[in-house]
Amino acid sequence: MKYMLIIYGNDELWSSFPPEQMQDIIARTDAHNRALIESGEMVGAFGVADQSASKLVSVAGGESTVTDGPYIETKEYIGSFTIVDVEDEARALEIAARNPASEFTKVEVRALLHGGTADEL
Amino acid sequence: MDEVRIEDAARLVPAVLGALVRRYGHFDLAEDAVQEALLAATRQWPEDGAPTDPKAWLVRVASRRLVDALRSEEARGRREASEAALSPVDSHLAPAPDEVGTEDDDTLRLLLLCCHEALTSSSQVALTLRAVGGLTTREIATAFLVPETTMAQRIARAKATVMRAGARFELPPEADLTARVQAVLKVLYLVFNEGYLTSSGPELHRRDLTEEAIGLAREVHRLRPDDPEAAGLLALMLLTDARRPARLRDGALVPLDEQDRSLWDRSAIAEGVALVEATLASSPGLGPFQLQAAIAAVHDEAPSAAETDWTEILALYDLLVSIAPNPVAALNRTVAVAEVHGPSAALALLDSLTEDPRIAGHHRTHAVRAFLLERAGDTEAAAAAYIEAARRATSQFERQHLQTRVARLSS
Repeated sequence: MKYMLIIYGNDELWSSFPPEQMQDIIARTDAHNRALIESGEMVGAFGVADQSASKLVSVAGGESTVTDGPYIETKEYIGSFTIVDVEDEARALEIAARNPASEFTKVEVRALLHGGTADEL
Repeated sequence: MDEVRIEDAARLVPAVLGALVRRYGHFDLAEDAVQEALLAATRQWPEDGAPTDPKAWLVRVASRRLVDALRSEEARGRREASEAALSPVDSHLAPAPDEVGTEDDDTLRLLLLCCHEALTSSSQVALTLRAVGGLTTREIATAFLVPETTMAQRIARAKATVMRAGARFELPPEADLTARVQAVLKVLYLVFNEGYLTSSGPELHRRDLTEEAIGLAREVHRLRPDDPEAAGLLALMLLTDARRPARLRDGALVPLDEQDRSLWDRSAIAEGVALVEATLASSPGLGPFQLQAAIAAVHDEAPSAAETDWTEILALYDLLVSIAPNPVAALNRTVAVAEVHGPSAALALLDSLTEDPRIAGHHRTHAVRAFLLERAGDTEAAAAAYIEAARRATSQFERQHLQTRVARLSS
């Protein structure tokens, strides 16, 4: 069963860490990811750019319009997500708890229903 | 040299791998060597023609690769690969790897290794498909919708775990063997279900997985003809897979009671029923696979949904939940209760079952509740339960089917 583990970013939170602590978090995250690759549970991990850089695309009457946005009324936004393929939900929750980010912010765990990477579709 | 012969080569995998492991040990390296030999076969046979003895060819090529691998490991000093490791571990006792007569035991030994208790079930499945089924890592990765590198890691890790657990390439005493074979049967049933129910992905059935599972179950039944559960599992798979042609209509899931029974595979049903009858007649105690097969047989033999012998099915479910209590069987039993005693009795039973947290939130539980409410004439509550079930379903086919049910209720 696949799960998406979503870490929500929060500018205030992430900018509050001194550089050496940030380095430590990054190093531990890399180790965490490597362990998942070695266990054969990692499907993919992605970091997401700051939401201030996001664009919204819509098409009406064949014309596409690009605007900045979405200006969600929240300080929390998706910072990164990891997709794992694991035995069961309990294991997905365990992995979420092992992610260093879970010490500072919540990790959302969502089951994935269908789809896959390009070579599987 | 056509496609079929390469598939035949994959069938030889357990025999070839067994021969190698028996001769050299090193299950992990031997498994890689056999996969490499298979790849070499897919390249060379179409060009040069298939060898007269494909098994001997594969054993020869795989042995060469294995010895190379052992030598390079030795050269790198990563492992103490002494000369002893390169010579047959029991050359004075065991027959040469390409000699016949021990293939059956080899296949069973391999299955036991692949389904070792130290492995997680997803690793057991992956390793079994590769080491015994002869599927490539890529095929297994595709079947389970994960990247090939992920599956490769999982298989490599599984092999390392088996080695670390000190698993031996030998058959346990007969008393333990039966118990160990039950673990193999569970793994094969997982493979079958993944192929048949397809918990994720765009296809309803993955025939490669169901066919692989049936092939392996057939093999276990052949190796262990007196194991009633092995016969029961094969029968259950055949009787379930027989309905496959009728399970999908215009891209939508068709429930059992609405299926066109003329599409069912009669020869698979005949084989499954014969197995069920033979095992029920001779088996001292009934196991869960036999009982589930017997239930499937009652469905498959009914000329129409209305003529289904629900009293018989309920009796079989009663037995099933008493010998092997399990929430899913208990859930399915409520449908039989509804057919025999009416929906109200079944709903009351379902309420008591949902105290079990393992099934309380499961989409099947909500789907069964919806079905029972619909039967009881409570359309509104039924629709709400179908919506809840659809929200929780993990297969898009089931989800669509449940949404169709909602639409049907409100029209």
